[in-house]
Amino acid sequence: MTKTCEHCCTKIDNLKVRFGNNTVLDRVNLHVNCGEVVAVVGPNGAGKTTLLRTILGEIPYEGQIVFRISGQESKKPKVGYVPQKLQLDLGSPISVTDFMLSAISRHPVWLGVNKELQQKAENALSLFSVEHLLKRRIGELSGGELQRVLLAIAMTPEPELLLLDEPASGVDAKGLSLFHQIVDNLRKNHDIAVILVTHDLVGIASYVDRLILLNRSVIAEGHPEQVLLNEELIKTFGPSLWNISRLPNLRAAEGDKNGDH
Amino acid sequence: MAIIEIWYRLLGIFPFSWTHYVFMKNALLAILLVTPCFALLGTMVVNNRMAFFTDVLGHSALTGIAIGVLLGFHDPTLPMLAVAVLLAVAVNLLKNATKASADTILGVFFAFIIALGIVILSRQGGFVKYTGYLIGDILAVSPRQIAWFFLIGMVVLVYWYSAGNAMLLTSVNTSLARSRMVNTFLIETSFTILLALVVIISIRLVGILIINSLLVLPAAASRNFARNVHTYTLWAVIISIFSGIAGLIASYYWGTASGATIVLFAAGCYGISALLARWRKQ
Repeated sequence: MTKTCEHCCTKIDNLKVRFGNNTVLDRVNLHVNCGEVVAVVGPNGAGKTTLLRTILGEIPYEGQIVFRISGQESKKPKVGYVPQKLQLDLGSPISVTDFMLSAISRHPVWLGVNKELQQKAENALSLFSVEHLLKRRIGELSGGELQRVLLAIAMTPEPELLLLDEPASGVDAKGLSLFHQIVDNLRKNHDIAVILVTHDLVGIASYVDRLILLNRSVIAEGHPEQVLLNEELIKTFGPSLWNISRLPNLRAAEGDKNGDH
Repeated sequence: MAIIEIWYRLLGIFPFSWTHYVFMKNALLAILLVTPCFALLGTMVVNNRMAFFTDVLGHSALTGIAIGVLLGFHDPTLPMLAVAVLLAVAVNLLKNATKASADTILGVFFAFIIALGIVILSRQGGFVKYTGYLIGDILAVSPRQIAWFFLIGMVVLVYWYSAGNAMLLTSVNTSLARSRMVNTFLIETSFTILLALVVIISIRLVGILIINSLLVLPAAASRNFARNVHTYTLWAVIISIFSGIAGLIASYYWGTASGATIVLFAAGCYGISALLARWRKQ
């Protein structure tokens, strides 16, 4: 079912992260192959964002994180990252073009943008059908629009590993359904490993290969249907999940849900 | 110094009374070199909400002067630079290492650094000697200082050219910048050191009390209507140079402190840009 190439993967072994005396992540083991979409779910403070930031190399850790690209170990794999939010004022004079080019081009954007660079930004944005936003300021974008712009940046050039931090937060129902389609498309048409951290576990479950329940360490891991039946998960996310997790076929359930709209 | 002679002759062509004085010619040249630097740095100071930080940086000059006096320096520039650079690095390190808000950390530094400077300088009632630093004197600028401004201007330009995109990305989201291979710690630290250099080297021009407004006002005014980074930068530079020249000339005719007059013009530009932005929205 999952088209893993076995030659490229991200392997996390016995990962431990401490902030002072507080252990945020402990004995975390995770193996993600390229072509595989993995959703990490867990309660607030479970260490989900810390896990992503550790993979990004921002936080010191004990244990091992190994990236393997085409069978070779790689210290610096190409990582695409979609943050949860930006440190930004609404009135920031930064256009989508500026934002995109500051990430993908060496030409200083403060000197102005010529047609060729504009085209480059447009091409990258068209990956997620947001090229019409080129001239908008990033502070003016809706949650869903900003998410697709961030995805376009993260996917240019195509990374080996894509990390998405709470992509469902701040996105409306329509944006969320569009996001589910994007994840589905990433899984079917791109050979990259995707780790996404989310609260939207029921919505996303139909579109990912594996669910990982994290609460400092990995509590449960496996096919979404199996994990959704996990008692720990039901305890964490409340009884509303119970009914959904009892449905025999989650994908059919998701189809019905979409059909209601 | 041949270049400065050409500049003197060039200005001599104009039929204004103020163009006959060497001190005015020097002051104008200094302003043309310093104001674009301030505008560029200011755009990033405003983006990163660092206005309080640059204010603390300006005030750290007091402590620098005080330490210079204690150690017997004739020219306090070196100790001022040392204190400001140390402060910049320390604030940056603390910001990354603690969870306290940058505002609180800066508040603590601000109180400490000013108190320390005043305590040392006020020993035996000697503080009055140093009040010149508070308001600055642009008219006393020497050709040697102008050469320094030229040099620092070049450094700012090269830095902005090579690190502009990385700074922008870091200001929007540090984790995202890191995922694009930007060394965000290096970017943040080098930027604060550059700020410290420019602020301290220019402190004698406009003074400790108002140097921060020269950084913040042009960028804040430009931000009212700019829709992308290019127009933001361009208008900040235009407003900064305009306020500099207009303020200097006005201060000559009004007999007022040049630095403060320049700031008033910049504040005027901010007011006009805010009104224009409001009008455009309607």
